[in-house]
Amino acid sequence: MESKVMIEDSQQQNIPKEQSIGPWKMVWIKFKKKKIALVGVFILVILVLSSVFAPFLTPYGQEEMNFTNINAAPSREHLLGTDNLGRDYLTRLLYGGRISLMVGVISAFISVTLGSTIGGIAGFFGGRIDNVLMRFAEIVMSFPFLPLAITISAVVGADVEPETKMYIVMMIIGGLSWPGLSRIVRGQILSLKEQEFVLAAKALGIPNYKIILKHLIPNTIGYIIVSAALGMAGAIMSESALSFLGLGVVPPTPTWGNMVQNARNLHVLRTRPWLWIPPGIAILAAVMSINLIGDGLRDAIDPKSNN
Amino acid sequence: MLRYIARRLVHMIPVVIIISICIFTIIKITPGSPVGLNLDPNMTAEQKQAEYERLGLHLPLPVQYANWVGRSLRGDFGISTLYNQPVKDIVPSFVWNSFRLNVFVFIFAFLLSIPIGIVCAVKQYSLTDNFWTVFSLFGISMPSFFFGLLLIFFFATKLGWFPISGMETAGSNLTGIASILDQLRHMVLPATVLTIASLASLVRYTRTSMLDVIKQDYVRTARSKGLTEKVVIYRHAFRNALLPIVTLLGFWVPLLFSGAVILETVFRWPGIGQIMLNAINWRDYNLMMATLLFFAVLTLIGNLLADIGYAIVDPRIKVE
Repeated sequence: MESKVMIEDSQQQNIPKEQSIGPWKMVWIKFKKKKIALVGVFILVILVLSSVFAPFLTPYGQEEMNFTNINAAPSREHLLGTDNLGRDYLTRLLYGGRISLMVGVISAFISVTLGSTIGGIAGFFGGRIDNVLMRFAEIVMSFPFLPLAITISAVVGADVEPETKMYIVMMIIGGLSWPGLSRIVRGQILSLKEQEFVLAAKALGIPNYKIILKHLIPNTIGYIIVSAALGMAGAIMSESALSFLGLGVVPPTPTWGNMVQNARNLHVLRTRPWLWIPPGIAILAAVMSINLIGDGLRDAIDPKSNN
Repeated sequence: MLRYIARRLVHMIPVVIIISICIFTIIKITPGSPVGLNLDPNMTAEQKQAEYERLGLHLPLPVQYANWVGRSLRGDFGISTLYNQPVKDIVPSFVWNSFRLNVFVFIFAFLLSIPIGIVCAVKQYSLTDNFWTVFSLFGISMPSFFFGLLLIFFFATKLGWFPISGMETAGSNLTGIASILDQLRHMVLPATVLTIASLASLVRYTRTSMLDVIKQDYVRTARSKGLTEKVVIYRHAFRNALLPIVTLLGFWVPLLFSGAVILETVFRWPGIGQIMLNAINWRDYNLMMATLLFFAVLTLIGNLLADIGYAIVDPRIKVE
C-alpha cells in the first residue's frame, strides 16, 4: 500500500503527480475538495469537543439536583432551563452527547470488526466455512433490525444497572448490524483472491496470514472505513430510537435519545419545547455530519470517481 | 422461472427453522414466568402447578418448541394474556391498521421518488439535483421520532390543523365518508414522516442506479445512433436502472413496517408496532412471539420477492 516515492508537502512539488502521491494522500486531497464534507467534519468536531470538555463548559454537575428550581424555563443561569429534578438541562445535553457518541463509536467498531472478520474468513477460505457463515449472516439479516433489537433489549436488559444496559445496547446494535458489511467484504475478497498478485504471492509460498494482512486487507480497507463511518451514523440513530422507546440507555444516564423521550408527555411536548428540541437537533446534527463525512470519504476513496 | 422460485423456496426452509428456534429461545430466556403476571396471587401452589401443566410449561424445552411450532402451523398462536383473546384474532386487525398507513406511504414514495431520481441523474449537479441531494441527506439523518414530534408540535398543538395522535377521534360515532375523512386527517402527519424518510433514501438510490447506467457504453451507443434523449433515458437507461430498484422494494416493505414501530408509538397509531411494544412491556409471551414471527416472515417474503423480481428483470440471474 505504501507508495515508492513519498513527498514532503513543500519541497518536491516538481515531481510529476502520477508517481508522487500515495493513496492516502490522494484520498485526503480528494476529500479536501468536498467542501460539504468539511462542514461535516467541522460540526462533528464541535459536538465531540463540547461533550468531551463538558465539565469545563458548564458550572453544574450532571446529576446535580436543585429542588427549589425545577422545571425552570431557559434563563441566563440555565440556558436550556432545568428538568423535573432541577438539573441543568444544558449540562445534561453535553454529558448526553458523550454517551450518544460513545455508543455510536463502539457499536460501529463492534459491527465493523465482526463484519470484516466474518466476511474476510468466508471469502478467503470459501467452501463450507463460507456457506455456514453466509447463511448465518442471512439469518441475522432476516430479522428487521428494530423489532429484534427492542425484543433483545427488553429480554436481556430487563433488570440491570443503567451502566450495564448501556453496554448491552452497544452489543445489540453492533451485533445486529454487521451482515451488510460482511457480504461486501466477502465479495471483495472473493474477487481479489483470483487476481494475479494474490496468486503470485501464493505461488511464492507466502503464508496465508501474510497474504491476508499485506494484500487483502489493504485492498478492502477503503470499503471498511466508509462502512464504519456510515455505520456510526446508523448506530447513533438506533441508540436514540431505542432510548426514546425506553429500551435503550435509561435515565439517570443521559443520552440524546432518552432526553427526547420527555416529549412523550403531551404537556412537556406542548409547553416546554426546550426539553426535547435541543437533544433532537443534536442527534440530527451528529448523524448528518457523520453521513456527510462518510459520503465524502466514499467519493474520495473510490478510485472510479475522478472529479 | 418456476424452477428458480422452487429452489429459492427450498433454500428458505432451513432459514425459517433457525429463525423460529431463535424466536423461541429469546422468549424462553425472558426473565419472569409467562404465567406469573396473570395468576391470581391467592392461588395455592398446587393450582399454580396445574396452570403450568395446562400450558405445557413443565415439559422439556424441545418438546415445548415442537408443540409451539405445531400449533403455530395450524394458525394457533395461543392466547394473548394482555388482551385476553386468541393472538390470531388480534394480530390481523393491528396489521391491517399498519398496512393502511403504509400503503399510502408506499404509493406516494414510489410515485414521487422514481421520476425525481431520474431527473436528478439526468441533470446531475443542477439546481434540482442539489436540492434533492440536500433533502435526502436531511431525510436520512433525521430521526423519525423527532420529526414526528416536531410535526405534532407545530401542526397539531400550535396550528391545530391535525389531531395530535390516534387513528380516529375518540368517542365520535362517525360513519361513512365522515369517518373515512376523520381517519385520513389522523393519517396525514404519520404518513408525512414516513413518506419523507422513504423518499430520502429512494431518491438517492434511484439517482445512483440511474447514474451508473447512464455512464454505460450502450447508452452512448444509443445516443450516437441519433435516438432522442427521451428514448435513450426511458427505453435504454431506465429499464436497466430498474434492476436495483426492484431489489430495494423487497427490503423496503419490511423496513417500512418495522420503522413504523417508533412512529406508531409517537402517534399512538394502533398498529403492529404498537402491540409489539405493549406485548414486550406487559410480558405477553404469545403475542411477542407472534409479532416477531410476523416481522421475520415479512422480511423473508420481501427478500424472496426481491430475488424473484430480480430474476424476472434480469434474465442473466440463475440460482447459484
